[in-house]
Amino acid sequence: MPDKKEVKGVIERISGSLVVAGGMEGASMQDVVHIGELGLVGEILEVNGDKASIQVYEETSGLMPGEPVVSMGEPLSVELGPGIIEQFYDGIQRPLELIEKAAKSPYISRGISVPALDREKKWDFTPKVKVGDDVIAGDILGTVQETVVVEHRIMVPYGIKGKVSKIEKGEHTVEEVIAVIDDNGTMHEVKMLQRWPVRKSRPVKTRLAPNVPMTTGQRVVDAFFPVALGGTACVPGPFGSGKTVIQHQFAKWAQAQIVVYVGCGERGNEMTDVLLEFPELDDPQTGQPLMKRTTLIANTSNMPVAAREASVYTAITLAEYYRDMGYSVALMADSTSRWAEALREMSGRLEEMPGEEGYPAYLGTRLASFYERAGRCIVNGKDGREGSITVIGAVSPPGGDLSEPVTQNTLRVTKVFWGLDANLAYQRHFPAINWLNSYSLYTERLDPYWDEKFDDQWSGLRTEAMGLLEQEAQLNEIVRLVGIDALSRDERMVMETAKSLREDFLHQNAFHEIDTYASMEKQFKMLRTIVSFHHAGLDALHKGAPMNKLFNLPVREQIARMRYLEEKDIAQIDKLEDTIKEQISGIIPVGGDTNAA
Amino acid sequence: MLPREYRTISSISGPLMMVEKTQDVMYDELVEITLSNGDKRRGRVLEIESDRALVQVFEGTTGIENDDTKVRFLGKVLTLPVSRDMLGRVFNGRGEPIDGGAQLIAEQNLDINGMPMNPFSRDYPSEFIQTGISTIDGLNPMVRGQKLPIFSASGLPHNRMAAQIARQATVISGHEDFAVVFAAMGITFEEASFFMEDFRRTGALQRTVLYINLADDPAIERISTPRIALTAAEYLAFECNMHVVVILTDLTNYCEALREISAARKEVPGRRGYPGYLYTDLATMYERAGRLKGKSGSITQIPILTMPEDDKTHPIPDLTGYITEGQIILSRSLHRQGIYPPVDVMPSLSRLKDKGIGRDKTREDHADLMNQLFAAYARGKEAKELAVILGEGALSDEDKAFAKFSTVFEDKYVRQGEYENRTIKETLELGWDLLTMIPVKELKRIRDAYIEKYLNPLLKAKAEKGNA
Repeated sequence: MPDKKEVKGVIERISGSLVVAGGMEGASMQDVVHIGELGLVGEILEVNGDKASIQVYEETSGLMPGEPVVSMGEPLSVELGPGIIEQFYDGIQRPLELIEKAAKSPYISRGISVPALDREKKWDFTPKVKVGDDVIAGDILGTVQETVVVEHRIMVPYGIKGKVSKIEKGEHTVEEVIAVIDDNGTMHEVKMLQRWPVRKSRPVKTRLAPNVPMTTGQRVVDAFFPVALGGTACVPGPFGSGKTVIQHQFAKWAQAQIVVYVGCGERGNEMTDVLLEFPELDDPQTGQPLMKRTTLIANTSNMPVAAREASVYTAITLAEYYRDMGYSVALMADSTSRWAEALREMSGRLEEMPGEEGYPAYLGTRLASFYERAGRCIVNGKDGREGSITVIGAVSPPGGDLSEPVTQNTLRVTKVFWGLDANLAYQRHFPAINWLNSYSLYTERLDPYWDEKFDDQWSGLRTEAMGLLEQEAQLNEIVRLVGIDALSRDERMVMETAKSLREDFLHQNAFHEIDTYASMEKQFKMLRTIVSFHHAGLDALHKGAPMNKLFNLPVREQIARMRYLEEKDIAQIDKLEDTIKEQISGIIPVGGDTNAA
Repeated sequence: MLPREYRTISSISGPLMMVEKTQDVMYDELVEITLSNGDKRRGRVLEIESDRALVQVFEGTTGIENDDTKVRFLGKVLTLPVSRDMLGRVFNGRGEPIDGGAQLIAEQNLDINGMPMNPFSRDYPSEFIQTGISTIDGLNPMVRGQKLPIFSASGLPHNRMAAQIARQATVISGHEDFAVVFAAMGITFEEASFFMEDFRRTGALQRTVLYINLADDPAIERISTPRIALTAAEYLAFECNMHVVVILTDLTNYCEALREISAARKEVPGRRGYPGYLYTDLATMYERAGRLKGKSGSITQIPILTMPEDDKTHPIPDLTGYITEGQIILSRSLHRQGIYPPVDVMPSLSRLKDKGIGRDKTREDHADLMNQLFAAYARGKEAKELAVILGEGALSDEDKAFAKFSTVFEDKYVRQGEYENRTIKETLELGWDLLTMIPVKELKRIRDAYIEKYLNPLLKAKAEKGNA
């Protein structure tokens, strides 16, 4: 690593969160600087001769021209090591709890410097290599139990390889040397605490195709618009359409080993909600509180805007670190629009030529390079571990208008689109994901996986169900014009089944203790039952069964209540198939009079 | 540091002026401007470039001259003197008393920009506030520490509604200290005197602090008015442990003023000419609502805005909706039918409602009843629409019942008197009473136990009355 060089300059211009400093010769782009007597944190955005334009991550009021600016000669970095999980960070990885202690106030004051990782705490380090072993970057030196469910793997930092010449078992703080690696005479000391610049993606060995599903327990997502491990998805929607609830649902139930949740420019109370709720909720996979696998990053809408831009990078770098350990990581970003707005604000202050709607011309590239850091891959290290990052970004389009630049640029790079619909939300149909315009490009890749698991029935069921919903949309047009009586008996059946799909399957109550999560097994059984009823119903109608009797069969009540069955009782759903047959055969007229109404 | 005085104004444009050859000027510093005729004005530093400072003048730049006007930098940011004696007083948009009373003796001087609350230190809002208005209490309950705006439009009675909330708002747990901070931005004299008169007459004034910036006051002053009000509210809530409701009206005027400054600074405009940082700017105000761990006070915000052309996708309501925790939307059609308050129930939403209601808070049946009323009203409105197209004859008996329900619902539940203060119990009973119009088997959202307990006695009474 090159020597850090300190550069000292003075403030020349102040405009909101932008400060221009003179005398900064030798400072490089994206270096972290400390500004003024208070030592506010900032980052260099532009260098022009000896002048550097700096975005300041804290409120700038009270600064004066002539105050000192010091560059540390190092880009904005995060601290990596045990202690990240269960933390609640601000946009530049300062623990908010420590900020509260340091400020002795419930407000965030300025110039507070607190370590991201606890320097005092001792971790019990268990070596996985012996003295004399050959190691390369990414190899696991040893492990630390970070929380009940997360085993933190300490890896050989990038750029280091050689023979292990010393390895220290036992209790250590993050700053103590736990191993020494001998690279042909050059001794590298390795600590648990490592650093990584946030704007640089961590390297991997090979990238893999996204053909393993990441289930979320949300029926409309898993069954119709699934996301793959290592995939990217976006949820755009107007306010009040339930973006945040969906993001929270993913954070709660997504089948990932680590969850990184970044609240970017959103409400403070929402983050408080997560903070109070997650320690109480149990993860269905491990039975331990969700907080034991979660790390939170918050830059709420009233916190300094520049740090909002940094917060998503901080989040994805933390996610990459856990991916490198071999975990599947899910990253929820709520909302990327606020991040884009922060970009726009800085771009405006730098007096750059604006692109569409005032956003900088590089908005698309920035978004793309962020989402590109997702993926499933074989990570560095000799053992060929597999890790993945799945990114789910919320987008808040102004006025719900999807043609705006942030949504459009996001759609270009993400593979799943869950379009939230205000009308569904008004009807209190949640999750308000519109089944007609949403899509997932992973569907085909993931079908073989589920077909194998569910007797080759999965993709057929899904296609049929989607078809029914599509037909319903067309039939609705007719109904609106001439009334429901104009439909044929078969079409009435389609309408009934589509309604059942909507109300009994797609609709899911996030606040109901059982309905909030559905396993794939349960989803499959539910879907199969609804489609079975459709087939049996059509058959019965052809044989002359009266429509009103068919639609009011008692078994339909049972179908509607499938969602409230606990996971251990889902075998009961199988029995419904027999009940359906039995009850339907009871209403078919003897001899099959085809003219009965 | 001695205040420094300059006579080096080089250019004046709109509400901004450039002062040259300045030294040791702070960003955001408070500025005092003395005109040649002795008039004093105030401003703040918006931008500094080496030895030039861009100053925003609160009272407007009319009459400022290049050479004769003196500019003094006061060495501090804009602060507000606060004390408990603010209650019952009327101030202008800059925080100076205009009720003829004495100057305030400050217990503290606070920076009007406040500081962001640490999300870690927040406490989740969960205590019900009773406003006495059924459509809010029953269907969109508000909790302490929430920010719940009213989306109105020109010609709708949002002012009367705001005054009613200010008068009636109370916490049902009892006698705790309750205060209202009222900030008016760019409203007319007529509207302002309506509020002052109303508060005076009903005795609400003694627990109210008013900040009034009139339509003919300088627009730039409006930028600080809501911040001043919120600073006062923070003091009352977190230093004096009071429950404070802050009513801000009208945010649309505030945003116009912000656009004016942005245009004068020649910034790249965002949507509809509003600055790109409108979201952040609004958020720094709205997010000052909330509760803090270890403090018994709270700040609840009710910002009021008029939607230009009744358009909810206009940047002001749109960005507000993204920050606030729900919205109450007023409907022109209900207003035309003479229904007050004309709350459009369907698109209105209180995001924190689930946390503030139920057993020990309002009543156990509140959530079920609320969902059922929503569903029944929605179905009734749908049925009515259908009847318009296909004729009443096309409706099933159930649909007819729902259609009738929705009409009565608007007339009895939504409509209420301006001085009618319904307790939450009255609102709930009214809801149950209306549900008797619907066949019991259609009440799918309510647990059987509650139907047994609350609805059946009503049905029985009704049947007996019918027989008699």
